[in-house]
Order: sequence, then structure tokens, then C-alpha cells
Amino acid sequence: MTQTETARTAKVGDTLPTFQRTTGFHNWNRYAAVNDEFVPLHMDDEAGRAAGFPTAFGMGNLQFAYMHNMIRNWTGAEGWITRIGCQFRSVNTRGMTVTTRGVVTAIREGDGTKTIDLDVWTEDDDGNKLAPGTATVTVRT
Amino acid sequence: MPESYITDAMRGAIGTETERRVSYPVSASDIRRWALAVYYPELPPREYIDEDYAAQQPSGGIIAPQEFNPFAWLVAKRIWPEVLPDRLNLDRIEIILGVPGPGLKSGFNGSNEAEYGVPMRPGDVITGVARLAGYSERSGRFGLMLFTTIEDTWTNQNNETVKRYRNTLIRY
Repeated sequence: MTQTETARTAKVGDTLPTFQRTTGFHNWNRYAAVNDEFVPLHMDDEAGRAAGFPTAFGMGNLQFAYMHNMIRNWTGAEGWITRIGCQFRSVNTRGMTVTTRGVVTAIREGDGTKTIDLDVWTEDDDGNKLAPGTATVTVRT
Repeated sequence: MPESYITDAMRGAIGTETERRVSYPVSASDIRRWALAVYYPELPPREYIDEDYAAQQPSGGIIAPQEFNPFAWLVAKRIWPEVLPDRLNLDRIEIILGVPGPGLKSGFNGSNEAEYGVPMRPGDVITGVARLAGYSERSGRFGLMLFTTIEDTWTNQNNETVKRYRNTLIRY
């Protein structure tokens, strides 16, 4: 597969440049501060363990934001996400490097715009998917 | 393990409004801080933090990152419910609905889905109306797990749709 640097020149099968963050309380506390999401599971390793996980874990909403960031970095100001969704299947534990990836699955053109369907997901350090999903973006051509 | 957490009362509440609220006017500072948090530790793209630069972009000015939440912390007007139950209470949806909740002890975000309409800009006032879309359940690594889906529709002061959002909470 080819990595495509911009949405305008994308072809089906192309991959998007990744968005990657090493995650922990420094990311999660900042997100909690803007989204008022001060939940013990995201702030306290003991709370994470009590819920059955090895540590505290990051907000699904922040992984969702990382998917938006990856797409925005790719489309630039000419693009607009029209739909995006994902399932949070595994948690983003403390210290994990989360990589957000995307691949072009379909392209439709017309009326001066290109509509692009994507598979998007976050994955852990070993390449295991945390949150698989899909998105649709429009880009002016 | 019970056969089901979903009672007739819970099933009967499907479709009921769970929240109706109106945001304070969105500010450029709110947008800037949001962008700083979701791009940390790198600086966010310039269009979120530089009003002059943003004015030269196709958007014609600063717009919020699409996942921005204008209802965080406090809302200007809470129409329903008048008082929101403690967010750490996992039965808070059923408390709002006035039905007994399942009383489960753990929960986390199961899925997000968003459809985006017009962008949010500084000065916009957003109204959000949320409804209980449904319950489902299945067995998983934590035993029987209850899935609760809320649909939330946001409109701006011009009654334009900003966002349609579905969020599923998993409780066990």
C-alpha cells in the first residue's frame, strides 16, 4: 500500500500518515480539563485495577479526537469529516504509544468535491487494534 | 449472573429525552484550549490558535475541531433535567428517566459515532437534545454486559444541525 500525503491525490488502498502519541496522565489530565472528564478510571491506577485493567486508561473520547486529528492533518483546511465512528474494544493503558491509522476504502467524485471513505483505527505498541472504525470525508477538488 | 439487566421499565423508557441543554457562547479561547489538549504535546494547527491566519482559510475564521464539546463544565441553561445526577453514578441515565437502574459497578465508553453538519464558530450557542436510543446486552470478558445507547443532536442558534452523535456506554 502507498502512503498518500494529501486527500486530493488519494487512491483506494492508500494509507494515511499516522498520528501517534505516547499516552499517560500528561495527555489525559489535559483532556479531562477541557472536557470535564475527571473519571477515576482515567486518573487513578487503583481505579483501573478495580475495574479489571492493569492501570488507569485513557478516554475513548481522546482516541476519537486522535482519529479526527489524523484525518484533519491529511485533508488540510479543504477537508471536512462528515461521519466518523468507532468501537472501543481494548483500553489505552498508561504508558502505551497509541498510533492512529487510516486506509482509503472508496472514493466518489462530483460537483467539485471528492468523497472519501476510510477505515480508521487506533492500535497499541504491538499493532493490536484498540478502536476500529470508519469515517467519510469530503475534500474540495 | 442475572439473565438480563434490562427490565420492562427500562425498555419502556426507550425514546425518552434524557437531556436538553443550551451552551454558553463558544469562545475562541475554548477552541484554543481544546485544540491544545487534543494535539498535546505538539502545538495544534495554526488555524485553531491564530485568528488572522484562520481568516485566510476556506473556513473564513476560527472554527472548532469537530469533536469539540461546548457543554463541558457548565451549561448556560439546563432545560431537562433541572439537576443532573452525579456523573459517577452509573445509574444516572435511569435516574433521569425515573426508572430503577441495574446498579452495576463498572462502566466505560463502548463506542462513538458522529455525523457533522455546519462547523461551530466563536459566538455560536449550541442546543443539545439527547434521547435514550436503546438497550442491548451480551456476554463478554466481564460477564453479562449492558449496552446503553444515547443519541444526541446539536443545533446552533440558526437551527442548523452541528452534530448528530451516538454514544454507547458499557456497564458490567
